[in-house]
Amino acid sequence: MIVAEKLTKRFGLFTAIEDVSFEVAAGEIVGFLGPNGAGKTTTMRIVAGVFPPSEGHVTVAGYDVVADSLRARAAVGYFPERVSVYLDMTVEQYLTYVGEMKGLARAAARRQAGEAMASCSLELVSSRLIGTLSKGFRQRVGIAQALTGSPRVLILDEPTAGLDPEQVADMRALIRSLQHQRTVILSTHILSEVEATCDRVIIIHRGRVLALDTPANLNRRLRPTSQVHIEVRGPAVEVTRALRAVPGVVAVEPCDGADGALAFIVSSVPDGDPREALAGTIAKHGWGLRELRPETLTLEQIFLSLVGTEPVAAETSDEIPGHLSA
Amino acid sequence: MKFLVICRRELHSYFGSFIAYILLAMFLLLSGYFFYSDLIFFVLFGGFTLATGLWQFLFIDMRLVALLVLPLVTMRLLAEEKKLGTMELLWTYPVRDGEIVLGKFLAAWLFYVAMLLPTAVGPLAFYFYYPFDVAPVLAGYLGLLLIGSAFIACGLFVSSLTENQVVSAMVTYGILVLFWFLTWNEEAAAHEVMQILLGVSLFDRFFNFTRGVIDTKDVAFFVMFVTFFLFLTWQSLATRTWRGVR
Repeated sequence: MIVAEKLTKRFGLFTAIEDVSFEVAAGEIVGFLGPNGAGKTTTMRIVAGVFPPSEGHVTVAGYDVVADSLRARAAVGYFPERVSVYLDMTVEQYLTYVGEMKGLARAAARRQAGEAMASCSLELVSSRLIGTLSKGFRQRVGIAQALTGSPRVLILDEPTAGLDPEQVADMRALIRSLQHQRTVILSTHILSEVEATCDRVIIIHRGRVLALDTPANLNRRLRPTSQVHIEVRGPAVEVTRALRAVPGVVAVEPCDGADGALAFIVSSVPDGDPREALAGTIAKHGWGLRELRPETLTLEQIFLSLVGTEPVAAETSDEIPGHLSA
Repeated sequence: MKFLVICRRELHSYFGSFIAYILLAMFLLLSGYFFYSDLIFFVLFGGFTLATGLWQFLFIDMRLVALLVLPLVTMRLLAEEKKLGTMELLWTYPVRDGEIVLGKFLAAWLFYVAMLLPTAVGPLAFYFYYPFDVAPVLAGYLGLLLIGSAFIACGLFVSSLTENQVVSAMVTYGILVLFWFLTWNEEAAAHEVMQILLGVSLFDRFFNFTRGVIDTKDVAFFVMFVTFFLFLTWQSLATRTWRGVR
């Protein structure tokens, strides 16, 4: 449904993205994951037709975004990072306007506006001015705007940014419900969001694609062992020995604990969860178990581990001018 | 026909805000006052012909009111969309940049027509007491429409350059007033240069209309002026290709 080949975008001397290639199949939900400034928004804007790439090609639903721009854009619904809607229109007026802009006749646009409002739970505020709505509702209006005209492709730039936890859950459920009906690209810098909603992930960093895989595969690749943080009150030597003896445990590293408790990072074999066995061992010896939690990889760590294995790392050393004079 | 959708939304925006009504009221107040004082002047010192004694003064004065008000009408057209970020969304819809420019221009133009129409009340009331030849008045209104279109096209272009509405209005004033004073230093400018300046001066082009004379060269000039600035606006929208979108 979306084919991007070697996309490069430069603004003057600044290169926003370089050699970005990916494909998205019909009905798939793909997540763009990357820190702020990685090039997610630039890539999505190119696909949505906001501006053309400096080099490379994108086709959406078979239409080239540059050469056949109007038809490509007709197939896309876009939700921008900055929720931008006209504040002086009511929800219903606005969505009808959007429908007409996407080429529907007025009556059809009204009907579609109604459907979009229904799927985004906006019926109760349909006749309120958008300027008077809360951020969560405006965000939903933005999504409804993208859905209007039933585009085959949806491009959602950070759809959950700035929402409260309940609204985030609603938004994810809404996106999940689009699976198989629409092709969705969404961007985020939240790792768990990708795991919760996406079929595949494209990790983008400094304008380049670092990885393109399913969330499960990425996890396996990035987490060779699973780690547990544990805090115990008890004799140091015996505790360490007992923890090492738990089945599946590979290594036990001490780390800083609070209030005189011992703290360890316990690594175990992949896909193994030693938490119950660990708790059992500590209880059996009568020591005090203060804390037991899985160590999760933060986005930061994922990037560090990916950057460490990719040639991009070589580039960063060029940016340090000091090593020449030293 | 997407430009009509854009135009309708724009008009909705104009008439949905109190600023539009204030601009409208100020336009009518000022042009009404000028009609009143010009009429008094004509009655007291006017000479023999209405065309040079009354209408000429009235249209020159109304030109000033249009110059004051129109940059305030056009300042938001694209600047506000940029500020709100709705411009980015507009670009993802299947609509040509040209249609965006045309829709915006048409909306401001219709708003201007809505300001101009009620000003006819003065001459109409005058006609009721003192029937006169209406042709010079129609020529004057045509001139006002044309010069107003030029102001709007220029303002629309400036509005495409910034997302700050005050900057948008101020720069439009700068350009338009410069066009006004372009021919004021006749002593200093060489004859050949003066001919060119006279050729492009908006206000000298307008002068014939105020006397009831419609010269096709003047009409063509305004049409070209409008086309030129609409083209510049269209080009300005395309700069996102290398400037990016904020």
